[in-house]
Amino acid sequence: MRLDPLFSKATAGSAGETGSWRNFRPVVDLKKCSGCKECFYYCPEGVIEVKGVARIDYRFCKGCGVCREVCMQKAIVMVQEE
Amino acid sequence: MSGSMHAESDCDGTRGMRKLLTSNEAVAEAVKLAKPDVIAAYPITPQSPIVEKLSEMVENGELDSRFVRVESEHSAMGVVIGAATAGARVFTATSSHGLAYMYEMCWWAAGSRLPIVMALAARSIGAPWNIHGDHLDLITLRDLGWIISVAENAQEAFDMTLNAFLLSEEVNIPVAVAIDGFTMSHTAEVVNVRQVDIPLRKQAYRILPEMEVALNAVAFGDARMLARYDLAKDLEESASSIEEKYGGLVERYRLEDAEYAVVVTGGLSGDVKDAVDMLRKEGVKIGVMRLRFIRPFPRKAVKELPSQVLVVDRANTDLRGVLSVEVAACGVENKNVVAGIGGKYPTVDELYSCLKRFVDGKLSDVEWLI
Repeated sequence: MRLDPLFSKATAGSAGETGSWRNFRPVVDLKKCSGCKECFYYCPEGVIEVKGVARIDYRFCKGCGVCREVCMQKAIVMVQEE
Repeated sequence: MSGSMHAESDCDGTRGMRKLLTSNEAVAEAVKLAKPDVIAAYPITPQSPIVEKLSEMVENGELDSRFVRVESEHSAMGVVIGAATAGARVFTATSSHGLAYMYEMCWWAAGSRLPIVMALAARSIGAPWNIHGDHLDLITLRDLGWIISVAENAQEAFDMTLNAFLLSEEVNIPVAVAIDGFTMSHTAEVVNVRQVDIPLRKQAYRILPEMEVALNAVAFGDARMLARYDLAKDLEESASSIEEKYGGLVERYRLEDAEYAVVVTGGLSGDVKDAVDMLRKEGVKIGVMRLRFIRPFPRKAVKELPSQVLVVDRANTDLRGVLSVEVAACGVENKNVVAGIGGKYPTVDELYSCLKRFVDGKLSDVEWLI
């Protein structure tokens, strides 16, 4: 009985660089960001790191905009990708 | 059900207590001995007394299990899948529309290779609405990758349920134990409630909170096909374990010198045996092959049947009964009678005259005992 087909272990980029799927890029205004981590908690992709201020890993961010919606400082804007 | 008390118990029966129990209660007594960590179920006729009894046992402290009340059968199977994944011994029970509602999760249970035991008090599925017994719900489990055992009487319901925990944990495949709705689920018989010590839970894997793994994420490429193949192969190979340790895939009744054989499963087998006894008194060499398991299907035993075979079914697929088609798939041509749909239970006399016509070559290819 092979158990391998049942299990997967999460690794960064296991599904490729999904950031290329993005139509809108969330951009953080670092002057407004309070470092509260609300976006970190809500990001469905786990691509936000907060050390003082929020930083988004654009290699994997799909641009869903949840961070913009939950940001209490209104520090994130969605900018159309080229 | 008459004649059904002759069935042998699978185990020695040295320590035990004789109790008057319905098959529902017999299942509950066996579950109590297996000491499941988690039980989850939603009430449905005719299964409800199983989990009512178990919830009483939990409430009065006889059984140290977590009894999870859920909003549906889909959730009941979801709960036991989750608990089993974490290493808990689990039990659930359902019937009919409950099984239909649970159906999707039954696939997840089998595909995840989780040891799970489910009792099924087999009942008709609407429409038209009917609460009485047949095997049309049971038969929907056929293609999922579950082991399916079918008890003939309350003693066997007890033994099969107890064995189901061991078998399921040995081969990492969920096991269903079917009892016939009402004719067994609500009919009391004397049962030897054996007092046995069940070994601790074992299973192929457990997922604990500190483990960073995902179970059953997307399985593209060959992964899905490999998993399905392994399940099918292991299910097929579980037959040898069942033959060695769990009472065998079939019971052979008066088949040694038989020229005619009746294939049947479940509680109706007792009545068929009575009808066979009547024909034997007339000198007809006829016997019964009772299927104790329909998954894995007892192909080897079926291929050894005498040339004249009648299959009595309580579930149909088209005009033919399901077991008739399964037996035919073993290369064994057979006549077929569909009986006992929605609790339209044939009497022994009706079965006798049906078998008589079979032996006299007067039975059509397929007949419904309406």
